Amino acid sequence: MKITLGAVSKPYSALKMKTGDWGTHWPKVDEELCTGCGTCEMFCPDMCIEVVKVGEEEVNGKIKEIKKAKVNYDYCKGCGLCAEVCPANAIKMELKDIYKV
Amino acid sequence: MKFFFSSGHGACPGCSLPIAVKNVLYALEGKCFVVNPTGCLEIISSQYDRSAWGVPYIHSVFENAAAVAAGIDAALKALGRKDEGHVVVFAGDGATADIGIGCLSGMFDRNHDVLYICLDNEAYQNTGNQQSGLTPPGSNTTTTPAGKILPGKIGRKKDMVAFALAHKIPYVATASVAYPNDIRRKVKRAVEFEGAKYIQILCPCVTGWGINSNETIKVARLAVETALYPIVEYENGELVRVRKIKERKPVEEYLKIQRRFRHLFKHPKGREIIEELQRIADENAKRFGLDE
Ligand SMILES: Cc1ncc(C[n+]2csc(CCOP(=O)(O)OP(=O)(O)O)c2C)c(N)n1
Ligand code: SF4
Ligand code: SF4
Ligand code: SF4
Ligand SMILES: [Mg+2]
Repeated sequence: MKITLGAVSKPYSALKMKTGDWGTHWPKVDEELCTGCGTCEMFCPDMCIEVVKVGEEEVNGKIKEIKKAKVNYDYCKGCGLCAEVCPANAIKMELKDIYKV
Repeated sequence: MKFFFSSGHGACPGCSLPIAVKNVLYALEGKCFVVNPTGCLEIISSQYDRSAWGVPYIHSVFENAAAVAAGIDAALKALGRKDEGHVVVFAGDGATADIGIGCLSGMFDRNHDVLYICLDNEAYQNTGNQQSGLTPPGSNTTTTPAGKILPGKIGRKKDMVAFALAHKIPYVATASVAYPNDIRRKVKRAVEFEGAKYIQILCPCVTGWGINSNETIKVARLAVETALYPIVEYENGELVRVRKIKERKPVEEYLKIQRRFRHLFKHPKGREIIEELQRIADENAKRFGLDE
């Protein structure tokens, strides 16, 4: 007989909880200003802003990746911390359309 | 999933607990077994079939996380599986400084190879802000309510760093979520030591402290810049490093932006508490040589 003690959940099974509708605001990243530094990613409590490669550029004869912050709106709770910590001031919190009257 | 902690957990927007956890797990590259007693972190991340964890995780009861971790350490040793990962506890301040302190003392005393992390949000936050041994003086909690007579909590914040050091464990440090790079470095350093390690991380709570969701990092930084939360690091009982402060700020700057301290600016005994907190900050600055 097999006995299972306690309850066991699968890794990352929380991903089925889409928390993107919790907040009233969205962070919008201004790609002109974003330097791809990764500060927002290190702080986001909901693991939903990530620095990703968007292209390449040549700097002094060397190929360098261009990185920008991308928000996953399925989970973003709109806390505004990313906008607070961004050293380049590249993130603005915007009211979601459904809350505009 | 480089943080080994996923989206979809149930923390309040802006909660700082996941920030501490993701940076600890990142530093360990996920090579760990996590023990987590009851508290906000457990409630938000480990509901049945809704786990945010990407590493082996066990929810202990409220008071015995250190004992469960000691058991895992003993089992890994007995099975010859020590190389599989570090044993890490994430526990709240209530679980650490009050209810689990007996088990914690035993684990320290036996010097188990465990990294114990106290996520210090300065009260029992999951049940709605009751004072713990780590609640600072003056804080308005549901068990130390500011009223006509009392100005919030009377008494001081328990010195858990001294408690850990008294057990002669090899590594003891404090940190703040405002400085994730410092958390990562300390975690990497801590696990170089064989034996019990204690790191206490200041983690502001949005609802209990009465701050906005985008202010947790600012408040965690101000606690350090006022010297109310000294950032220190001990190796084998020796103070090896502190975070210096460029221009120390008056404690009022930290207190006035939090609802839990706001009464101090109107209460007849409020001034006295503010002066006491300033005295504590001055004492910290002097004791640890924090002023640059
Ligand atoms: C023995 C026992 N007493 C009380 C509780 C109720 N309880 C659950 S979480 C909690 C507060 C935890 O406080 P802390 O350890 O500081 O963690 P936080 O939630 O603040 O992160 C309490 C009192 C419990 N689960 N078990
Ligand atoms: S608003 Fe908050 S949850 Fe959303 S991406 Fe920014 S830090 Fe993350
Ligand atoms: S913190 Fe700002 S500049 Fe840095 S990656 Fe994020 S959005 Fe870009
Ligand atoms: S009550 Fe406080 S500690 Fe708990 S999830 Fe909310 S912000 Fe985080
Ligand atoms: Mg707590």
